[in-house]
Amino acid sequence: MIRLEQVSKTFPGAARPAVDRLDLEVPAGKTCVLIGPSGCGKTTTMRIVNRLIEPDAGRIVVGGEDVTRADPVQLRRRIGYVIQQVGLFPHMTIAQNVATVPQLLGWPAERIKPRVAEMLTLVGLEPAQFLDRHPRHLSGGQRQRVGVARALAADPPVMLMDEPFGAVDPIVRANLQAEFGAILRQLAKTVIFVTHDIDEAIRMGDLVAIMKDGRLVQCAPPEQLLSAPANAFVADFVGADRALKRLALASAGDIAAPGEAPAGAPTVAAATSLRDVLSILLAAGADAAWVAGSGVVTMAAIRTRAALKV
Amino acid sequence: MLRDMIAWAAAHGHDLEQAAGRHLSLSLTALGAAILLALPLALALVRRPSLAGSAIGAVNVLRTIPSLALLVAMLPLLGTGFVPAAVALTLYGLPAILLNTYTALREVDPDIVEAGLGQGMTERQLMRRIKLPLALPVIFAGIRTAAVQIVSAATLAAFIGGGGLGELITAGMGTLDMPQLVLGGLAVAALAVATEIGFALAERGVRRTVGSAA
Repeated sequence: MIRLEQVSKTFPGAARPAVDRLDLEVPAGKTCVLIGPSGCGKTTTMRIVNRLIEPDAGRIVVGGEDVTRADPVQLRRRIGYVIQQVGLFPHMTIAQNVATVPQLLGWPAERIKPRVAEMLTLVGLEPAQFLDRHPRHLSGGQRQRVGVARALAADPPVMLMDEPFGAVDPIVRANLQAEFGAILRQLAKTVIFVTHDIDEAIRMGDLVAIMKDGRLVQCAPPEQLLSAPANAFVADFVGADRALKRLALASAGDIAAPGEAPAGAPTVAAATSLRDVLSILLAAGADAAWVAGSGVVTMAAIRTRAALKV
Repeated sequence: MLRDMIAWAAAHGHDLEQAAGRHLSLSLTALGAAILLALPLALALVRRPSLAGSAIGAVNVLRTIPSLALLVAMLPLLGTGFVPAAVALTLYGLPAILLNTYTALREVDPDIVEAGLGQGMTERQLMRRIKLPLALPVIFAGIRTAAVQIVSAATLAAFIGGGGLGELITAGMGTLDMPQLVLGGLAVAALAVATEIGFALAERGVRRTVGSAA
């Protein structure tokens, strides 16, 4: 669990606070995505959690413990940290990079070695192939995988991720989002994730916190953010296509009902997102589609699902 | 001429050996002292940016003083002999090492520094495990520059009684003994070139072990 209470930070010489009396709570095992226009204070907020930035006021609680005055070095060893530029140590092998925090914590070598291999396997890198290579021999996507493996190595309950997929191409990004989303959920990590990409926020977040001028505007599950934006700023930020974004959150199997589709209706897999089903129906000029193994999805059902409860 | 030089070297083998040995010990002493002074000084300056500006300015002034002036300036302070020559040469070699070390440590990629801090390294661990290894090739390049500068400038130590190969040149000039004079000059040149090549090879080895910061 991560909780920020009335946290403020004004940088020297700045006209207004970068973070202004912010309250935020991320329940244990959940991912909270911080998002907002540049300069909204999202990265500052994240860096306050591991005290790379010291707040002027407020309280930081991590896992039930007030860490506002804790030793920052010890604190950071308990918090996984991933940044966009990855920051792998270029003079060390992949194995040495991943072993960083366990080594700082004084783990014995015979415990570090298997752990490093386990982490590389977890992030989809064959240990035998990567352990002894240097970061400069890896692709951008592979480096970011190593970055995540390094952050997870000492099994920290809490992870901070600052635009971790911002520097890789869109196809690699989509793969990393899906894979790491699953890994973080499976390991029940409590995560603060910073991005400026609303689609990424909706995909990765159990909670999405929209910030503006150092303040929290709305913090809600993606579904709620899209269906009931708190104000015009949030509605504008999530975009005019927020009904479609909501459809993307559900799949055909979720709303399939017993029934009959007219002859010639398209067939979709149960895992197809409703957004894609809508697109298929529009393209086919059909009013309903068969969902393999679980009935039909009708245009009317999609329309009901998409309607915004204002 | 060549035959004269060989004849002179054969007759004065001992003098030549002694001058070369003195030149080397003078250079090594000065280089060692310059390294021992410059490295901790650079570390201290990196930690105190407020002092760094004026200190770097002072070192840059030191760099503009010609080596002969530096040697002669030692006369009223320390007299003649090995020690004043070594002190002057130390001061002469100091700037290259200090400036390279300071710059290299400051210019370590900030993302790598942030990653190190974010993983929970102390400032000390960050310096020892990340910044120093990454700065090493540039630090070494500074040491190489200083070594060549010191070996060359040590020739002038003869002017304040510091000995070395410069003695052959000054003595040769005094007695218009051409073979001795030219031999001294060639020996100094050979020593400087050997220093340059030796350090260049060593530097390549350092770069290979540390790896490029790509």
